[in-house]
Amino acid sequence: MTAPGVAERLTSLVGALRAHGMRIGTGETVDAAQAVAALGLADRELLREGLAATLLHGPAQRLVFDPVFDLYFPRGIGAPDGEPAGRDDLRDRLAAALAADDRALLGRLAAEAVDGFGGYGNSPEGQGWSSYQALERLRPQTLLARVRESVRARDGASGFTDRLLEDEIRRRIEVFRSMVAVEARRRVAERRDRDELARRAVATTPDRVDFLYAGKLQLAELRRTVQPLARKLATRLAARRRRAARGSIDLRRTLRGSLSTGGVPMKPVLRRRRPFRPELVLLCDVSGSVSGFSDFTMLLVQALHDQFSKVRVFAFVNRIDEVTGLMEHGAADPEGLGARIRAEATLTGWHGSSDYGVALGEFAERHGDAVGPRTTLFVLGDARTNMSDPNLAAVRRITERARRVYWLNPEPRAQWGTGDSAAPDYAELVDMYECRNARQLGALISRLLPV
Amino acid sequence: MTEALNKRLDSRPGIAAHQEAPLFTSVDDVSARLAATGYLASPAVATTVFLADRLGKPLLVEGPAGVGKTELAKAVAEVAQARLVRLQCYEGVDESRALYEWNHAKQLLRISAGRDETWDETRTDIFSEEFLLTRPLLTAIRGDDPKVLLIDETDKADVEVEGLLLEVLSDFQVTVPELGTIAATRRPFVVLTSNASRELSEALRRRCLFLHIGFPDEELERRIVRLKVPELDEALAASVVRVVGALRAMDLRKVPSVAETIDWARTLIALGADTLDETVVRDSLGVLLKHHDDVLKATAKLDLDAV
Repeated sequence: MTAPGVAERLTSLVGALRAHGMRIGTGETVDAAQAVAALGLADRELLREGLAATLLHGPAQRLVFDPVFDLYFPRGIGAPDGEPAGRDDLRDRLAAALAADDRALLGRLAAEAVDGFGGYGNSPEGQGWSSYQALERLRPQTLLARVRESVRARDGASGFTDRLLEDEIRRRIEVFRSMVAVEARRRVAERRDRDELARRAVATTPDRVDFLYAGKLQLAELRRTVQPLARKLATRLAARRRRAARGSIDLRRTLRGSLSTGGVPMKPVLRRRRPFRPELVLLCDVSGSVSGFSDFTMLLVQALHDQFSKVRVFAFVNRIDEVTGLMEHGAADPEGLGARIRAEATLTGWHGSSDYGVALGEFAERHGDAVGPRTTLFVLGDARTNMSDPNLAAVRRITERARRVYWLNPEPRAQWGTGDSAAPDYAELVDMYECRNARQLGALISRLLPV
Repeated sequence: MTEALNKRLDSRPGIAAHQEAPLFTSVDDVSARLAATGYLASPAVATTVFLADRLGKPLLVEGPAGVGKTELAKAVAEVAQARLVRLQCYEGVDESRALYEWNHAKQLLRISAGRDETWDETRTDIFSEEFLLTRPLLTAIRGDDPKVLLIDETDKADVEVEGLLLEVLSDFQVTVPELGTIAATRRPFVVLTSNASRELSEALRRRCLFLHIGFPDEELERRIVRLKVPELDEALAASVVRVVGALRAMDLRKVPSVAETIDWARTLIALGADTLDETVVRDSLGVLLKHHDDVLKATAKLDLDAV
């Protein structure tokens, strides 16, 4: 059935996927082997889909699976045939391929590009392949105008869809860039340990990316998960609300009803629960270090706003200001939210670094009426006060007023209290939770949000 | 390693014991026969359907609304010339709706009709197949004719129902306490769909092949539009698909799906539009986008205000 090499490769592929946190059991591995037997090894794309169908459990895992698959079942071995082409020649052919949107040709050109321009180092041990270097030398993004002109010359520049052309070409160039990255990884894998590479060089799923270290692209990826996550959380909250509504026995009314049956309580009467929607107040540190975290959380809470009677959001760096209004406008443009908050709200005083003590003090003083007995308050931030006074008195005042106060800290628990972090001090007064990635945030929100 | 794997393959129940002729001979065969029923499948869809048939496992289909998840099950049923048994899940669906129910009224009639019998005779009689009302899950595993079982919107059902599905999906059998275990004589082809509004349990996912149907690529979508709206000419279909592609690349609250693309193509036919221009697109954008914010954003990005 399966050749011995294939079985081993399959199990190491599964090992690499497990290292990325996917839970794949032996049963699935066996299914995958059956899929290989049924599909054969002739068509690589069919094999990819077959393994994905048997091994994966969710669409987010696909982002990890594809690059790992490319490492274990590579497109080919070694360098592409033929002499390495010159830079201008390759750019000419690349422009033609982009204009024609020929994916297969783009793939071959990516292989040539890495072979011709991505290599570095001379000694056999130090030699490697870099997609960054290949793309820097080739500069595919500068081909945009040229490709645009050649497509227009072919199809004519008139018509409504002409305005879409530039974005379409940009997307094709993006596809080419990712092909180069895949190819460079493949070439590196031929020289180095494949298992090691699959664990390190492949990015993990977006919901496991650390907020504090997420790059621009990863944050954009995260923003795309806000709506689906919000929908899931809303379903979970609704389920909790339903369970909570089942209520306890109302003893007075049960006994009152039992009089007609001679004091035997035949029908238990449940206590009616007064329907009320909780209020939510968010205090977000939006200074550079934690802005990715608070932006994401603000968007998530905004998406959940119909679950609450009132949501108010305050942002601070070392002064605090209400940004609830900005959030509502931000629904259509989540990307610019952070920038708009920083531009339109008064968040900094004399200096630009965050100061929790002053900001919390100002909140207690100026916006104290935002917090009442129905309010659940969330503070988002790393509790790094830049050595200034943490102002615990203000926090104490806020906690006395609010129904619950939670603090979500994007730093790993081990780092609380190191350097200028006042996290342990605050944690004595409020419940502080570690919240490093979207997965943790989702779990915390579905547990902590009031119903 | 291989030997160990192969040994496990042979010892797995169901695979060897189950000796019906597979529905499809190859992945290309799947694509061709699904296409004949009017369902154009991407390579991913065709491969997974082929594997679901070969491995005899249920198929869990996820994806945005309107990409043809339910249609896939219908198309497979048509290809296999099988009866489509459908279980529509909703909040509160339970055992008596999904699996089976005793026909209480008929049982009462039977009891009052047979007055002279002893209780033991009556009891064995009223819990026989005659008084059993089969619901979709039980219907699907009984009988010798081929069947396709569609469990639609699995995520809408409560978590408890998933537990009910586990026995049916892994062993294709149902246990009725009064009758014993009823095992399938012929396995149905099972398709579960989900919109991911709730995370399905790991136990259910492990029993299924997973297929995520995303939006089709440009070429496939053009073919789908041409197939569903044959009046639309080639050039306009291409433009339609390009505009929809551009909308999907934007960061919208609800991106248009294949169903919306087809609706839009029909709208354009109804409007009598031969080519796309600013006015036509602006007037018919509501067919594609369902939120006001999205319409505003798309209008700005597509320069529809400029005229």
